[in-house]
Amino acid sequence: MTRHIGDVILEVEDLHTYFFTRLGVVKAVDGVSFSLRQGETLGIVGESGCGKTMTALSLLRLVPRPGARIVQGKILLQGENLLDKSENEMRQIRGRRISMILQDPQTSLNPVFTIGNQLIEALKIHHYSHARELVQRAISALKQVRVAAPERRVDDYPHQMSGGMKQRVVGAIAMSCEPHIIIADEPTTSLDVTIQAQYLRLLREIQEETGLSIIFITHDFGIVAKMCDRVMVMYAGRAVETGSVRDIFNHPSHPYTQALLDSVPKLEERTARLYSIEGQPPLLWNLPPGCRFASRCSYTEARCETEYPPSFSVAEGHTADCWRLQGEWQTYQSSVSKT
Amino acid sequence: MALAIPQRVPWYMAPLRLLRAIFQVRQFPGVAMAILVFLLVIPGLFAEWIAPHDPIKGSLAARLKPPMWAPGGSTTYPLGTDKVGRDILSRIIYGARVSLRVSLEAIIVSGFIGTTLGLMAGYFGGRIDGFIMRMVDISLGLPIILVALVFVSVPAFGPSLTTLVTVISVLLWARYARQIRGETLSIKERDFIARARVAGASHFRIMFRYLLPNVVNTLIVLATLQVGFVIIFESSLSFLGAGIPRPTPAWGLMVADGRELIVTAWWISMFPGLAIMLTVLSFNLVRDWLRDHLDPKLKNV
Repeated sequence: MTRHIGDVILEVEDLHTYFFTRLGVVKAVDGVSFSLRQGETLGIVGESGCGKTMTALSLLRLVPRPGARIVQGKILLQGENLLDKSENEMRQIRGRRISMILQDPQTSLNPVFTIGNQLIEALKIHHYSHARELVQRAISALKQVRVAAPERRVDDYPHQMSGGMKQRVVGAIAMSCEPHIIIADEPTTSLDVTIQAQYLRLLREIQEETGLSIIFITHDFGIVAKMCDRVMVMYAGRAVETGSVRDIFNHPSHPYTQALLDSVPKLEERTARLYSIEGQPPLLWNLPPGCRFASRCSYTEARCETEYPPSFSVAEGHTADCWRLQGEWQTYQSSVSKT
Repeated sequence: MALAIPQRVPWYMAPLRLLRAIFQVRQFPGVAMAILVFLLVIPGLFAEWIAPHDPIKGSLAARLKPPMWAPGGSTTYPLGTDKVGRDILSRIIYGARVSLRVSLEAIIVSGFIGTTLGLMAGYFGGRIDGFIMRMVDISLGLPIILVALVFVSVPAFGPSLTTLVTVISVLLWARYARQIRGETLSIKERDFIARARVAGASHFRIMFRYLLPNVVNTLIVLATLQVGFVIIFESSLSFLGAGIPRPTPAWGLMVADGRELIVTAWWISMFPGLAIMLTVLSFNLVRDWLRDHLDPKLKNV
């Protein structure tokens, strides 16, 4: 791997995004902090509805309105707090500095325009001009995502392309304004596995070429292992464990992460029944005062029910929110250093 | 002129066959298109060159002449003359211009207002949507003829083409708004709209560059849907004296003019009435065909 990981370009501190509904306040993102370095890939993992996508949309200040609001926190993009920006300034940042690839390529493209048109449109939003230059840029953007015969493909309509091809075009559009950060929100969920592998390899190659930072939202640990440098595990609106891919896979420290990893089928083991986590995640408008995982956790003590645990450092750059770690901190330390 | 009728079909079937041809809407409505072109478009555009007589100045010597085939008629006035001696044919030809202008203007104005408000309502949702849709409900609940009569009786407006177009637009925009809003609601949920937001496009840009192209088909069908209605409405208002002022030749006005003489000089009302009927019927047939081809979703409108 010839990637260079540079300075921190995005820092999120204590982000809170709430939905204000008739049922009460839904705490979709409730105190998430993380940082992203240049050229790094951060995976955000968690089950459906745990706040992964809301975290991503908060970064772009595109939380659904009316209803949702970022109530607290800081989003520092190269030192500038995005929450202090005006809507006009945010429009300059979206697409140009932070871009996003959405889940479903089938509906991500406008059916009534050619893909060339849509690539050019993305450039036009950010005031790139000169008609001929635009067409050239559109073609080179397609070339970058390895679309064969881009000169001909620019005149195709979305329905003339396959799913994998469309997702590449979506990627080309997202990258056409040369953003620093791309948020990929489950970009491969609707693709079949071979196309998925191709697409992930492509993202990696582009990252090596351009030094792009990627935030990869997924619920697939296989993809995390393949793509990411660091992982953030989310549960019920909070980041419960953060660390390098190696640390998370070898020493999962939060019971939720351990349970998640246990529920991934393994080739080398024969199990009659796949492990699954009992119960349901808590309702986000009626959260327990203590640890959110307490009701499903096998290690629950009295303290877990009443008080949310702080982040304990397990190893260098590896933290987890669990009371168990307070006592066992020393033991963990030594086990990490032994391996 | 001999029609090409197969041997075994009796002669009296000929009109039936013609009618059946007109009503086969799934096929290309050639007959209807031809009627529109020859009755509305060509006369409307080239009235000066086609009309045999002046539509406004009549000669009292030639008043109440019957059509050319009736006893007492002459080829000078093919469709007869009215009570001040104006040529009916010429007035119908000039009247086509009025109908064409009113329907084009009213449909463009109401289409513009309705589409913009419909896009806004669908895209923004919430209070804006609520407000616009209540306006639509009010607008659709208005007794339209009465509103038009009130409008005309206000001295500031008075009966004129501008008043007529304004009144029709005020009433018609709601249909566009409602339909376009519905379409927008479903299209805005698709990912390419979200992608446009993520790429930093403004609300204005999303509405007119992303949503509008996706509702153009609906818009075309809706516009043709309204033409027949506008022509009927214009004629009704002119008939009631609230539309086009005299002596401008308008079809509705001509029907009204011949009303008291309907027993003796039937041709004064008959021919403009026929013109209205044929135009509207043809428009409806063309519209059905367009709708089937452009927007199958609107089948029940």
